[in-house]
Amino acid sequence: MARRKEDVVPEESRKKQQMQTIKKVLGRIRRYRAYLALSLFFAAATVASTLYVPALMGKAIDQILAPGRVGFPVIVRILWKIGLIVCGTAAAQWLMGVCNNKVAYEVVRDIRKDAFAKLEDLPLKFIDSHSHGELVSRIIADADQFADGLLMGFSQLFTGLATIAGTLFFMASIHWKIALVVVLVTPLSLFVASYVARHTFSMFLLQSEARGEQTAFIHEMVGNQKVVQAFSKERDMLERFDEINERLKEASLRATFYSSLTNPSTRFINSLAYAGVGLAGAFLAMGGGITVGQLSCFLSYANQYAKPFQEISGVVTELQNALACAKRVFDLIEEEPQEPEPQGAEALEGVAGRVDLERVYFSYAPGKKLIEDLNLSVRPGQRVAIVGPTGCGKTTVINLLMRFYDVDSGSIRVDGRDIRGVTRGSLRRSYGMVLQETWLKAGTVRENIAMGKPDASEEEIMEAAKAAHAHSFIKRLPQGYGTAVGEEGGSLSEGQKQLLCIARAMLCLPPMLILDEATSSIDTRTERKIQDAFAKMMEGRTSFIVAHRLSTIQNADVILVMKDGKVVEQGSHTALLRQGGLYAELYGSQFAP
Amino acid sequence: MGKLLAYLKEYKKECVLAPLFKMLEASFELAVPLVVSAMIDVGIAQKDGGYLLRMGLLMTLLGVVGLASAVTAQYYAAKASVGFGTKLRHQLFAHIQSYSFSELDKVGTATLITRMTSDINQVQSGANLTLRLLLRSPFIVFGAMVMAFTVDRKAALVFAVAIPLLFAVVFGVMAASIPLYRKTQERLDAALVIVRENLAGARVIRAFHKEEEEKGRFGEKLEGLAALQIRVGKISAALNPLTYVIINMATVALLYIGAVRVEIGALAQGEVVALVNYMSQILVELIKLANLIVTVTKAVACGNRVQAVLEIESGMPKETAGAKAPDEGSNTKEPGEGSAAKASGEGNDTEAPGEGSAAEGVPMVQFSKVGLTYPGAGAESLSDVDFAVMEGETVGVIGGTGSGKTSLVHLIPRFYDATRGKVLVKGKDVREYPLEELRGCVGIVMQKAVLFQGTIRENLCWGKPDATDAELWEALEIAQARDVVEAKEGKLDAPVEQGGKNFSGGQRQRLTIARALARKPQILILDDSASALDYATDARLRRAIREMGGRTTVFLVSQRASTVRHADKIVVLDDGKVVGIGKHEELLSSCGTYREIYESQTEG
Repeated sequence: MARRKEDVVPEESRKKQQMQTIKKVLGRIRRYRAYLALSLFFAAATVASTLYVPALMGKAIDQILAPGRVGFPVIVRILWKIGLIVCGTAAAQWLMGVCNNKVAYEVVRDIRKDAFAKLEDLPLKFIDSHSHGELVSRIIADADQFADGLLMGFSQLFTGLATIAGTLFFMASIHWKIALVVVLVTPLSLFVASYVARHTFSMFLLQSEARGEQTAFIHEMVGNQKVVQAFSKERDMLERFDEINERLKEASLRATFYSSLTNPSTRFINSLAYAGVGLAGAFLAMGGGITVGQLSCFLSYANQYAKPFQEISGVVTELQNALACAKRVFDLIEEEPQEPEPQGAEALEGVAGRVDLERVYFSYAPGKKLIEDLNLSVRPGQRVAIVGPTGCGKTTVINLLMRFYDVDSGSIRVDGRDIRGVTRGSLRRSYGMVLQETWLKAGTVRENIAMGKPDASEEEIMEAAKAAHAHSFIKRLPQGYGTAVGEEGGSLSEGQKQLLCIARAMLCLPPMLILDEATSSIDTRTERKIQDAFAKMMEGRTSFIVAHRLSTIQNADVILVMKDGKVVEQGSHTALLRQGGLYAELYGSQFAP
Repeated sequence: MGKLLAYLKEYKKECVLAPLFKMLEASFELAVPLVVSAMIDVGIAQKDGGYLLRMGLLMTLLGVVGLASAVTAQYYAAKASVGFGTKLRHQLFAHIQSYSFSELDKVGTATLITRMTSDINQVQSGANLTLRLLLRSPFIVFGAMVMAFTVDRKAALVFAVAIPLLFAVVFGVMAASIPLYRKTQERLDAALVIVRENLAGARVIRAFHKEEEEKGRFGEKLEGLAALQIRVGKISAALNPLTYVIINMATVALLYIGAVRVEIGALAQGEVVALVNYMSQILVELIKLANLIVTVTKAVACGNRVQAVLEIESGMPKETAGAKAPDEGSNTKEPGEGSAAKASGEGNDTEAPGEGSAAEGVPMVQFSKVGLTYPGAGAESLSDVDFAVMEGETVGVIGGTGSGKTSLVHLIPRFYDATRGKVLVKGKDVREYPLEELRGCVGIVMQKAVLFQGTIRENLCWGKPDATDAELWEALEIAQARDVVEAKEGKLDAPVEQGGKNFSGGQRQRLTIARALARKPQILILDDSASALDYATDARLRRAIREMGGRTTVFLVSQRASTVRHADKIVVLDDGKVVGIGKHEELLSSCGTYREIYESQTEG
């Protein structure tokens, strides 16, 4: 019951949302209105001549009465006419299709472009807090579905409606009484179409619920098959799977059965109309009210009369689906972008590397306090180590420094200039960044290293790779610097990816650095190389290091100790040890039994 | 695909009845034009009202019977195809359960999930459509032609020309557009990769200020995609107009030939109408047939992928021949029954690992000249590993990434089989134990902390289905997870969301450790399981495990020297080889690799 109540309320707002979405879609089609007008024109021409042909054929049949009563000259004339009209219709039909395709695909291309542009302009907060898979599916799958729906809507909705109207018109113009027979069948077809659709829909809901449950189960169990096996839970899991599978079977059977009733029932309605028209027409023809040719013409109208109803009910579902998809893409496009850069924001140039954080407050979610009153002054060339247990929010500091997130209050200044007053691009270019989650783009090794400096010469690239200790392994790759790196660096080991990221930062080597030491998953030798490379990079540069190695920590000028997202202690190694707080505890426990 | 049809066996009756009723329906449809022609040539010509009424009724009756047989056919088709899909799903899931780790690595879980979900759905709907349409559509097309021949041979020749022509056009358009559709799919995938990349690499892209460049790159892909889509659209949009032209030209020909035939008295007017009607019946079915073929081709491709998964046999049968222990008793025991605590009373039985401890002087776990080569790998991931661990000992396993630490411990519960040498548990080759018994005495905590949807209790009981609350709390206590559970509403019955999302990484790790401890394993393996814990908690955890008492043999896998330094024995691995075994102090002086690791983590 409660559920039903919920269903009713959003119904209204859903309708409203749908209208809004339709308006937005229309707004985007405006650009292509010339094509749309052409398409409508061709559609009207197609429908009109498609309906005219049976009438002509009827006239021809009326000339074929019996031996000796065949009017050849008239027949030949009519047949020529039919031939010409058919060719014209076919051309119009094709052109209509071409126009529809153009409009649908170009509209979707525009929408995708806008959506992607928004992606590049969204605050990172949005990207971090939304499932990537879901965002990808909005831009790719949803937009695709929308294109399909739009295309179907264009090509079938209008022609369908026009066919129904045209058929009625043509029939009425021949003989209104028989037309009445067909009109009487209309409510029946509507009723049956909506009955089947409604039932099918509710059955499909049940099926997709069961299917969703099963998919979730499969994801969980097959995805973690190794754990299942480690605990010898195979049999139990199969039992649970079968239980869901059985429910899915029931739901699926009903959904499949009901949905497959659409065609037979439309055919049935069709045959009723056909029989009705045949009977009424035959009686009329018997009395000489109509000719046999007209009867044949009527029959062919009756035959195609129910089809548009079925199509339209299909199109309406499809369109609703398409609108829902469009809405998801539009929602993305209309997301709040990151704060625009102020008018006349200047580029940050010739940075010395002085960084000041003053009374910085920040939290990811309102009400959940995180960084409070953080003050920090870093002189050019100083090293700042950020330490604390995993997940304590060390990356938060990086997010603020690079302005991936904006502070709630307080300010961060580089060389005395508030970072909100300079362009984002110039601020970020002033930092060299090597993060722990190494990210490489699909492309060659060379392209990846040269990411920050696309016009770098081969020597420069190699120099950077050598400095990052990456040259030797790159040389051993199948195509050296030209080796393609798969999406997200697929073919390389974690350590190699890290080295490439370092090389990438080495090539530009800006005045400030943000480094993230790997916690694990790198072998000792590579580790040493990375340490070396880091040390080389840090010389004379202001650096912020998320640190795990004691050596790094001990050599830092300032240590920020973080816990639960907050900076709890701040100072040099010796000062902090003397303080006897969290740092001392962490330091102690690593070497305590 | 062929072998999958075996799963349709149970539905033989349905598979025959569905197409049969479909054909019945089609025959009724084919009869209609004949009735109409009789109405014209007999009823109207002879002005026989009664005859017309009877014919009208007959048409309605044909409609009703047609509907009835169609509904029957749809039901049987639905039943058979859904049953088929259900069986297939069950079979596939069961088969995946039988995979060993090697097969899981090879196939990959993402693939398995797609096979189980969307591929089987495609196969199921393909089967359904096939049962319904594969016979019906050709039956109508050729049936219409045959009927036309019964009406008039000469005029029917038009059909003989038109039908092949229609086929040629329909399949020609399909043949031209399908490869292009595939190409659009590829371009769409390329666009997808860019979107995914831009999400995953948002920070780097912004750090290098590449937003505009990426927009341009994506825009280019989109232009290419739209251009191709429009091109394919032009081709596939030609299908309807072309078939329309053919059908209508054929009708024009029919009318002309009909006129000639009527003139010489070979044909009646009504029969001409019947011929025209047959012609229009063909078109609809032909289009359906074309769509059916597309769907079936897709379904067959999916079916082949499903079959490929079914054809991969597990390299490690659940019960090897050797696993039939000579001692009858050990075979009848339920897996997991023999917990260490219970078994300690019957220490004389050394056959099954779940039963009691190793005999005096026999190592609990022994690696004997073990080598491991993963399938398809060029070199050994482990070579010449040779050491023994006594009951109750704690062993540290340390080494860099890729040094083979995880591979080493995965050999104990037989996730993989050694390709050289052998692994012994309590003096017996692991390959000689029934798999469930072997795994029943090992508690392993893997690197990735996985919890399952359900409650905390359900998760902990994975190790021991009948564990009491006291046992669970004890396990939680040792795993340093008591406070985690106590902080949750409902305590042990607090819900766990899918993937354990409502717990932090560290909490999940501690809960998975508790899960392994709950079964009171004789061998406990912690595979880098404390990586998300801070040093203090890690230290407390290690202390608690050490003080756990009993005679649990513990394997601690780690990259941190601090984690293993107090172990009874530390195995140092480098590139798959054991480069040192001993206590912390010994290794510091004797093993260079160990010293290197230790120093890199402590001092400069």
